Amino acid sequence: MIVERRETRPLALVVLSPVIAVAVALALAGVLIALAGAPILDAFRAIAVGAFGSRLAATETLLRACPLILTGLAVAVAFRARLWNIGAEGQLYLGALAVVTLGFSNPLGLPGPLLAVLLLVAGALAGALLLLGPLALRLRFGVDEVVTTLLLNFVVVLLVSMMVEGPLKDPLAFGWPRSVPVLADAQLPKIVERSRLHLGLVIAVGAAILVHLVQSRFVFGLEAKAAGLSPRAAAFAGVPIGRTLVKVALLSGGLAGLAGAVEVMGNRGYVSTDLSPGFGYFGIVVAMLANLQPLGAVIAALFAAAMFVGSDAMGRQLGVPSFIADVTVALCLLTMLLALFFSSYRLRRG
Amino acid sequence: MTSRTAPALEMTGIAKRFGAFTALDGVDLVLARGEIVALLGENGAGKTTLMNVLFGHYSADEGEVRVFGEPLASGRPRAAIRAGVGMVHQHFTLAPNLTVIENVVAGTAKLSGLSLSLPAARARLRELGTRFGLAVDPDARVGDLSVGEAQRVEILKSLFRDARILVLDEPTAVLTPAEGETLFATLRLMAKEGLSVIFISHKLGEVLTGADRVVVLRGGRMVGMRASAETSREELAELMVGRRVERPERHERPVGAPVLVARDLTLRRGGRTLLDGANFTLNAGEILGLIGVSGNGQKPLADILFGLEAPSAGTVEILGQTPARPSPRDMVRRGLGRVPEDRHAEGAIGDLTLWENAVLERLREPRFSGRFLVRRGAARAFAAHLVQRFDIRGAAPDKRIRLLSGGNMQKLILGRNLDGDPPVLVCAQPTRGLDEGAIAGVHARLLEARERGAGILLISEDLDEVLRLADRAVAIHAGRLSATVPTAGLDARRLGLMMAGEDLGRAAA
Amino acid sequence: MQTTIDILGSVGLWAAVLRIATPLIFGVLGALLCERAGVLNLGIEGIMTFGAMAGWLAVYSGAGLWTGLLVAALSGAAFGLLHAGLTVPLGLSQHVAGLGITLFASSLSYYLFRLAVPVSGTPPTVEPFQPLDFGPLSDIPFLGSTLFAQTAPTYLAILLAIALAWILARTPLGLAIRLTGENPHAAEAQGLDPIRIRIGAVVAGSAVMALGGAFLTLAAFNSFFPTMVQGRGWVAIALVVFASWRPGRALLGALLFALFDAFQLRLQPLAGGVVPYQVFLMTPYLLSILALVLVARRARVPQALMQPYHRGER
Repeated sequence: MIVERRETRPLALVVLSPVIAVAVALALAGVLIALAGAPILDAFRAIAVGAFGSRLAATETLLRACPLILTGLAVAVAFRARLWNIGAEGQLYLGALAVVTLGFSNPLGLPGPLLAVLLLVAGALAGALLLLGPLALRLRFGVDEVVTTLLLNFVVVLLVSMMVEGPLKDPLAFGWPRSVPVLADAQLPKIVERSRLHLGLVIAVGAAILVHLVQSRFVFGLEAKAAGLSPRAAAFAGVPIGRTLVKVALLSGGLAGLAGAVEVMGNRGYVSTDLSPGFGYFGIVVAMLANLQPLGAVIAALFAAAMFVGSDAMGRQLGVPSFIADVTVALCLLTMLLALFFSSYRLRRG
Repeated sequence: MTSRTAPALEMTGIAKRFGAFTALDGVDLVLARGEIVALLGENGAGKTTLMNVLFGHYSADEGEVRVFGEPLASGRPRAAIRAGVGMVHQHFTLAPNLTVIENVVAGTAKLSGLSLSLPAARARLRELGTRFGLAVDPDARVGDLSVGEAQRVEILKSLFRDARILVLDEPTAVLTPAEGETLFATLRLMAKEGLSVIFISHKLGEVLTGADRVVVLRGGRMVGMRASAETSREELAELMVGRRVERPERHERPVGAPVLVARDLTLRRGGRTLLDGANFTLNAGEILGLIGVSGNGQKPLADILFGLEAPSAGTVEILGQTPARPSPRDMVRRGLGRVPEDRHAEGAIGDLTLWENAVLERLREPRFSGRFLVRRGAARAFAAHLVQRFDIRGAAPDKRIRLLSGGNMQKLILGRNLDGDPPVLVCAQPTRGLDEGAIAGVHARLLEARERGAGILLISEDLDEVLRLADRAVAIHAGRLSATVPTAGLDARRLGLMMAGEDLGRAAA
Repeated sequence: MQTTIDILGSVGLWAAVLRIATPLIFGVLGALLCERAGVLNLGIEGIMTFGAMAGWLAVYSGAGLWTGLLVAALSGAAFGLLHAGLTVPLGLSQHVAGLGITLFASSLSYYLFRLAVPVSGTPPTVEPFQPLDFGPLSDIPFLGSTLFAQTAPTYLAILLAIALAWILARTPLGLAIRLTGENPHAAEAQGLDPIRIRIGAVVAGSAVMALGGAFLTLAAFNSFFPTMVQGRGWVAIALVVFASWRPGRALLGALLFALFDAFQLRLQPLAGGVVPYQVFLMTPYLLSILALVLVARRARVPQALMQPYHRGER
């Protein structure tokens, strides 16, 4: 059997890839749900209702999608340039930490909205700078960034742990290891009444549109794409590979840092080591499901968020461990890889 | 049933298709014992595909292969090796980090075995080496060997496994003419010992002198078979190309001022000197041919001229100016047209569209971009213009370039450079891998550019190409340039000696 | 200074080194085997987690400890087959597929664990491997209470390192694996089947990784909890580079790493109050990065690592 590249990629296959991938992943998840002794269709219905069945459910799903959109974008931007940033989790935490460090007090007496904007910038900057380290090691010493970004995730979470048990500890948290909150007037406003949904959603969707424009219209977008597809040919054409990768890293790390900032300023109000249930890692799934397209990342993040929120509700009702959401979303990554493969290749006997 | 009289190899009715493309269309080939057959054809004629079918890299869609009368299982290199077929691939199948002996013995013992029996293997390898004049140190790391030595290892790998049919794919592509002659002497020796040899080539000269019989392929079909004693270059050329393709001729024209001057260019990397004090002057309105066997420093030289690599010492002067820190974009802006050696790895990005490939080199020029945004309209229009002006077939600005043929891809690469009438061109192996029609097209474009006064550095490993196109020639060997000599009155033999580095000094006289 | 000497002289430290090193040795050997054949296996973190869960669950359900190890290895092999299936015949991105395997294997292990063991106050435990009794050898001063005071899987790990070194260097199979990792086309030209060799190496390597996970639940601790692998898989991937893809150096690297880890654990209480404990916990990860930087340029990478191989393409 040999693998053969299709001469043209059928558009239907490309568009349908994520749909097929999700369907297959859900079918496999069905087997696991059955293993738990729950009726499969009821379980899926419960997930759907839990995710979208009420105003509250829907806003919770959108709330959960915010950081996933941003981490998904962070990964998509990086992967497109073949920069293997697996460190979105750490960049998210560092962004969150920066926001709290600078935002729990307001010594300069800045107006709230201005402080909020500065905090968002600071969060993004923190994430961006964190990714520059592994990139520098790659460019200077040839160290694979996959491992370094992964390892830094653990380091940053420990740093957060250290800060929330030390200098940033909230004395009013009854001993819970969490930080002092960001000042109330620097937090992001809610955008839907009687819900927790905040301005972060607008920021995330805006970021997706912006990234889309950058990738499709900007010189930098084309250079980054070229550098990712073929570093040698891009270098021959005069694309400065190192400088392009630095910009990509700043954008990618910045988006992940922004995810942390938004999550703190809009949702939690403080930072702790359970701020992210793996938003950074699931950003990889979001990016792949979106086939690295920024606008697709919004939809993919919504799907993942719906799985998480819906499964929590379903788990409470039917006694299926809510880890089923993690399993399903992770499976989507693998099925999507396969779907993408079959959209551009076919198997032939050799 | 093995017959004592059966020919070494019979391939009958071999057909192979890749998708919609028919690579082989009912090819028959017979090889007698002790015979040397040349498989002649231009690029894309199906020579390598046919041999890959024989060796089991591909399985044929139709047809049968018999080795010494026995049918050969298709699609399994292991079966081919067992039957006594050995193949020396054009791109060596060697692991540079392993030793010679490890490369040779891998796959020879059962995988469940507990020992590699290296001492016995070493002795056998030495014996084979002496017998056929192919001596190599069994314990040398393959990555440290010269290209010629690596080829010896490739041949030894087959002999070690008792190959009785040896297939060599373009064996002289990596050798100087003199080394090529030694190789053919070795092949003769093998044939005398009863081995049968097939070698693939597109060079008429070596086919006539090296083989007993010549089989000509064109467009996936066998179009002729001649005893080499009873045919001529002209006849073979006609058979190979199928029609008379006239390669354009060069006409004398006056030469202008220097446009590109290399002064003592040296490149050292990792303790090795890849380029050693290269000097040359290229004038307006002339083609300077740089001839040499691949791997002798032409790539580092080209990379320096392209602005990709900073020399360890020396300077490049372009149109009278010496850029302080040349970069690809800087060189392009100064008027350098560049054709890289490897179309697929450097010249174009397969998954980008035609327009993206067309403008990538000039992306930062105001023509194609503003402060941040790409002027996509202008870029698409430029691509459409190139498609029309340079007759790029099967192309549209928004089509991915992967879908173009090699010849059309080269038209785009040449076209995006030639369109602005650059005063200087550096072309590295511009016709490598192209068929005769495409080669003639590239030659015509280069001569046109020369006619309008461009200076062209033509880096090539094809003697004929250099003799035909270039006004002057310079050879490169082991990182050193020979003196520059006019091609008028120069013959292939002299040029061959220069390529081997044996005529470097005297050429100056 | 005196503290350092005291710690380095303590028997407890050296006994701990071997214990801490064991899961890393399994992990690094497994990853090394995959990479020597040309496949990066970033599924390691998830495979170790699943191995930890599967081995523990088998023993918790009444199986013997060795059966538990076997179950873990088989589960690792299954995930290895999945990774190999995606990356070898299909040639999919080894990075993305591996991360997918990690996400999938770890979340699946949490899910299955929760299914089998409902939430309770204290996690259920099993009776883990006990240190082997070497009779008189255990009475040798120092060595008796360090080298000869380990559980069986630790010795298994060391034996495995020696075996892998021997296989790779001295046997036809090992040469075939190395050749495939250096140049699969060369392997094909020698009549070997690079696809099968790669799949085999990834399956075997993944089984070994899973043993590293199982050691955590069946020897080092006696219960399973999520995130218990704590990045050991990623450390192992870094150690493979540090070891320049050689099993002997991998063993040394794991031991050296464990020595640092054991040392900082003992330094921690002494420095308590002055230096936050998190700083100590960060050191293994930072050390791994440092190790990568130190060797990255000099390491002799298998030339075909991460390069997909398709038959008939060259």
